[in-house]
Amino acid sequence: MVSEGLEVTDAVVRYGSTTAVDGVSLRVAPGEVVALLGASGSGKSSLLRAVAGLEPLVAGSVRWDGVDLAATPVHRRGFVMMFQDGQLFPHLTVGGNVGYALVGRPRAERERRVAELLDLVGLAGYERRPVTALSGGQAQRVALARSLAPQPRLLLLDEPLSALDRGLREHLVGVLDETLRLTGTPALYVTHDQDEAFALADRVAVLAGGRLLQLDTPGALWTRPATAEVADFLGYRPLLDAGEAARLGLTVAAGTLVGIGPGGLVLDPDGLEVPVLAARARRGGGEFTVELPGGRQARVQSDRVPAHQHPPRTLAVRLAPGGCVLLEAGNGEGPTASRSAGVVRESGRDPVR
Amino acid sequence: MSAAIVGRGRPVRAHGVGGRPWVWAAAAVLPLAFLGVFFAWPVAALVSRGFSDADGFSLAGVQSVLAAPRTWRIVGQTLAQAVAGTALALALGLPGAYLLHRCRFPGRRLVRALVSIPFVLPTVVVGVAFQSLLAAHGPLGFLGLEESFTAIVAALVFFNYSVVVRTVGALWSRLDPRAADAARSLGAGRARVLLTVTLPALAPAIASAAALVFLFCASAFGVVLVLGGATWGTIETEIWYQTTQLLDLPAAAALSVLQLVVVTASLLVAGATRARQERALHLLGDPADAPLRAADAPAVVVTAVVVLGLLVTPMASLAWRSFLTPDGFGLGNYAALGGNAGQFTVSIWQALANSVLTALAATGLAVGLGLLVSYLLSRRPASAAGRRTLRTLDAVFMLPLGVSAVTVGFGFLITLNRPPLDLRSSWLLIPIAQAMVALPLVVRTLLPILRAIDPRLHEAAATLGATPARVLASIDVPFALRGLGLALGFAFATSLGEFGATSFLARPDRPTLPVAIFRLIGRPGAENFGAAMAASVVLAVLTGAVMALAELVGPKEVNPW
Repeated sequence: MVSEGLEVTDAVVRYGSTTAVDGVSLRVAPGEVVALLGASGSGKSSLLRAVAGLEPLVAGSVRWDGVDLAATPVHRRGFVMMFQDGQLFPHLTVGGNVGYALVGRPRAERERRVAELLDLVGLAGYERRPVTALSGGQAQRVALARSLAPQPRLLLLDEPLSALDRGLREHLVGVLDETLRLTGTPALYVTHDQDEAFALADRVAVLAGGRLLQLDTPGALWTRPATAEVADFLGYRPLLDAGEAARLGLTVAAGTLVGIGPGGLVLDPDGLEVPVLAARARRGGGEFTVELPGGRQARVQSDRVPAHQHPPRTLAVRLAPGGCVLLEAGNGEGPTASRSAGVVRESGRDPVR
Repeated sequence: MSAAIVGRGRPVRAHGVGGRPWVWAAAAVLPLAFLGVFFAWPVAALVSRGFSDADGFSLAGVQSVLAAPRTWRIVGQTLAQAVAGTALALALGLPGAYLLHRCRFPGRRLVRALVSIPFVLPTVVVGVAFQSLLAAHGPLGFLGLEESFTAIVAALVFFNYSVVVRTVGALWSRLDPRAADAARSLGAGRARVLLTVTLPALAPAIASAAALVFLFCASAFGVVLVLGGATWGTIETEIWYQTTQLLDLPAAAALSVLQLVVVTASLLVAGATRARQERALHLLGDPADAPLRAADAPAVVVTAVVVLGLLVTPMASLAWRSFLTPDGFGLGNYAALGGNAGQFTVSIWQALANSVLTALAATGLAVGLGLLVSYLLSRRPASAAGRRTLRTLDAVFMLPLGVSAVTVGFGFLITLNRPPLDLRSSWLLIPIAQAMVALPLVVRTLLPILRAIDPRLHEAAATLGATPARVLASIDVPFALRGLGLALGFAFATSLGEFGATSFLARPDRPTLPVAIFRLIGRPGAENFGAAMAASVVLAVLTGAVMALAELVGPKEVNPW
């Protein structure tokens, strides 16, 4: 039978009277990595726990290859969860942790598999070490090796890198990406970090308030955010109406909103002179908060204008179409009031990848 | 893996990793049955005995006890001793908690160990030790404190000092010092910081320690029996007196009901404060301490006086007196322990052997049941009803801690002596009673360790494919083992020194060591006194050794993960 992978249908998770997950449906195909992206409280971790079987579903279903898992207890699902802080078993060695799921197999085979997995995550020879002596990054690598040991049919990762510092995180994103591709393990990856999600996932699901706002490939998500809320979450802010955009040199159809992404507002001597509200030094230049016509604030970066000592009082700016998205304004003011209208592109530059 | 059952209609929920409810229920049945037969039934029988006479329900027994002036004198004495003992233990224990848990100095571990010894010492031994010090011919005999209120309160503080130091110290050591630093930087002096920041933060621990100490003081038995003589008593000693000396069982039953009221009230307060303590404060993961400073001098002085004057002196006096014989300084008293001395049918060594055997059986029972109970109570049910049930069970299993040993012993005496359960002639009766007394301590030792296991460790194991049974065997059991040494030690030491219940149940020809010691000091003559001293030293050394061993294999204070 060809595997169909994971199918979540209209999942609802409640804690008391709070609805953490509110009717989410998604699929994870074999070999696919899907990121659940959202702020804290968006329901992404609850959804993950529901898939693992650690939280009951109030409504909806979780299926694997078409089989409903409602009656399957956690340990029979074959979905391994990797936690934010590793949750290594403190009374076992590194080898004992990695081999935990391999119980029942011949000792030699188990040892070979443990060695293989530790090699895969770059910790060859660590078998006998106590887990209490590991650094944070090493602990997460051991946790990853432990999770992969039983060859799970689905790997559930709950912000596995967010407790680590930035440099280590970027390195481990590479390790994770490579390991997941190499083993072909499908995964659901919960994170609040867009860079992590975009770097690892085949598709990204954006969640807010327990609902699924958009599920798309990273490229499509970035260039065609479905709603103003998604655009805002991805960092397209502020949203300007057609009139405001026109004064900044970008003409769009009436009723279209323009979201300013990173690099969407640029310095241009022929642009509109706007007041500078604040200046901040950054590596290789300055970042300025300016007040746009209509009173909205936006950020513009420059590697030429210094931010310290004598920051300028005004700057001449215009919109760069490649750094903006267009959204069709709807009738209301609500978050779903607009829908994708495609991106304005001048060059073929992909903003992220 | 593909054995999943397709749910029809409303599917069975298989969330969580704790296994099925019936497994829990099975784990609960055994300890509950034990508690029911060997605790609830005897206590209930006792209460009903208090409210009945030959013709059925009657308030006559209770009324006549309540009408007796003697009763109210005893109740007054019980409360006065408990209040004074609690207040003094707190006043002296707070500086001790600060010094031993918040300050760093050489020898701190030694002092901490020294301070924790008295709590596990057999009550009879402590009574005898104070007696050796304060008796007319003792080193402090000139103070005239023999059979005095002061002597009893001093002995109660001796016991409970470490309860305050441990309970408050544990919280104090994890209190974030930056709150006090912030107050200091805002211009508050040391005294004001202590009063407005530190003590309020410690309030839950102080209240909880106070309630516990009050409970222990109000149910004190052995020490009061030895030190109080004819003048001073507690409800506990009065129950014993009415039962064994006057053979007035209805009066004893009525007094037991009175004691139940006192104890339940303090247990409720203790429970409420414990719940408050478990509420989150901003606590550090690791204990914080600082080197001693000049400002710590008052705490150092108070603690030194308490440790040397109150804790060390009686024990040193006991040891000294055990070597004093009518013929001078020597081992004569110890040599005499082997003889029957004409008054006993057994030697002290035989009593010791009885004690050890009994304590071993009691330890097995208490720890076996304690493991079951702790595992059960450490679960985290998802439903509100489940959590309520667990809270109730928690309180139920703590009951024997409060309901006094004397009540348990007396209850056994009047219920387990006839069919359906006639254990009168069985030596098992004593270990069962001792296990009842030790069970709450075992649970209180194991439960925090099991509760400290991050639930996500269970979840991680379950998602890795571990069955509930394997989760138990590979996660909970290894953790519990770390506390098992201490639990075994507590259970064994408590059983070894148990006097309240045992004094009712021990048969004349099979006394345990504490019972034999009590009989010895009740007899006139320097020889008997000397033998009591020597036997007390033997019992104290054995208890101390067991606890030291238990602490060695027990959990370390800091577990970094």
